[in-house]
Amino acid sequence: MPLKTKHLLGLDGMGREDIQLILDTAVSFREVLERPIKKVPPLQGKTVANMFFENSTRTRLSFELAERRLSADVLGFQATGSSVSKGETLKDTARNIEAMKVDMVVMRHSAAGAPHYLVRVIEANVINAGDGGHEHPTQALLDMYTIRERLGRLEGLHVCIVGDIAHSRVARSNIYGLKTMGARVSVCGPSTMIPRDIAELGVDVYHHIDDVLPTVDALNVLRIQMERDAGRLFPTLREYHNFYGVTRQRLEKAGRAITILHPGPINRDVEISADVADSEHSVILQQVLNGVAVRMAVLYLLSSRN
Amino acid sequence: MRKLKAQIIDEAGFERTITRLAHEILEKNKGAESIVIVGIRTRGEFIARRIARKIEEVEGVTLKIGSLDITLYRDDLLGKLEQPQLKGTDIIFDLNDKNVILIDDVLYTGRTIRAALDELIDLGRPKTIQLAVLVDRGHTPHPGGLRGEKRPHEFERIDQSSCQGSGRRGCRPAHAPGTAGLADS
Repeated sequence: MPLKTKHLLGLDGMGREDIQLILDTAVSFREVLERPIKKVPPLQGKTVANMFFENSTRTRLSFELAERRLSADVLGFQATGSSVSKGETLKDTARNIEAMKVDMVVMRHSAAGAPHYLVRVIEANVINAGDGGHEHPTQALLDMYTIRERLGRLEGLHVCIVGDIAHSRVARSNIYGLKTMGARVSVCGPSTMIPRDIAELGVDVYHHIDDVLPTVDALNVLRIQMERDAGRLFPTLREYHNFYGVTRQRLEKAGRAITILHPGPINRDVEISADVADSEHSVILQQVLNGVAVRMAVLYLLSSRN
Repeated sequence: MRKLKAQIIDEAGFERTITRLAHEILEKNKGAESIVIVGIRTRGEFIARRIARKIEEVEGVTLKIGSLDITLYRDDLLGKLEQPQLKGTDIIFDLNDKNVILIDDVLYTGRTIRAALDELIDLGRPKTIQLAVLVDRGHTPHPGGLRGEKRPHEFERIDQSSCQGSGRRGCRPAHAPGTAGLADS
């Protein structure tokens, strides 16, 4: 049973079988990452271009490692200092890279829909590594993998995403994926950070974190993105921390074991207190490791679909 | 299911072959101390378990048994329209300095075994890798020099009705009958 798609653009509209197949395949690659030689040959002879038009360290490194561990040849590309700064269009940049016989393209772009445009102008498989405020499917897949690994299932769990939902592609992909897999999804944040029509996606909205904690199984805590001028969405960082920060006292009051996820990089003592980030309930570093396995699974499954 | 031309091994014969292979393995390795058993998924796994159980019976020991999914090491992945589903390799013990008994059901072209050797060597540094197969079809054009006995024949059937978990075993064209071989790689 292969994937029904040739590209991974988002989790919106992706079927349950496809998500299940990616997560199950990732289990095999997770085992590869435990071996003394963490490299397998299925993508030998394939070339993957990583086109990052927006800054990224974690996602770019994770993709690059996944590609190398599958024995693919890897092309790196960063917008700064490249032809993009000379005014080249996305279409021309992509076509030039493809002319070098590239089989797969991993792209991050600040414009929502950029990878959807890309699949119309090039032949290679396209993987969306984040497009504007739209989707970040591999992040959501690794979040789901990590929750499933920790709690044994996704169906019937209550997962709450805390933070700036309005500007978060991670939140959007998680909502689509988790809903498809049968989880209950809620979002929590100040009203400046919650899109007015978010309930249409089938999620519950909370404005007080203490209201959601008593029923939640996993919290996905989003980073306050200071570089995107988050400061205008709430008065001060301290106030945000007081109202929405995930702290040990709050978790203890809830009286249940809540798995804590965070897509990183974390702002300690802003959205999450330092002791919670380092506690046994935190799976933040497992997410990083699982991210490599999940991306290997996506690359492996898409690589044959030309 | 295709019509069988000949049945080359029945349940009793299967049992005898398992017993003989188990004894051959023990004889060759002077006991069970240094050996670990690795079955190639999916069918080799069942046979591996049978052989291991037999060795354990004879020697009164507990063996380490693992299974190998060679999919990622196949040489025909690039030409495939869809990627085969992964079943996962499950070897939770150290292979270093061990005599690895690699087990599969049928040896034919040697491609599967080539892939298995590559994967095993990436997993550790065994002292030896010894191949045990239930049926050697005697046609190994693939480089690697793996060979059991050869006998001319046309059809084979592996009856695994006494194996765990089997349900869809059919027949395949064959070249050699039920000769089980133990070969050094």
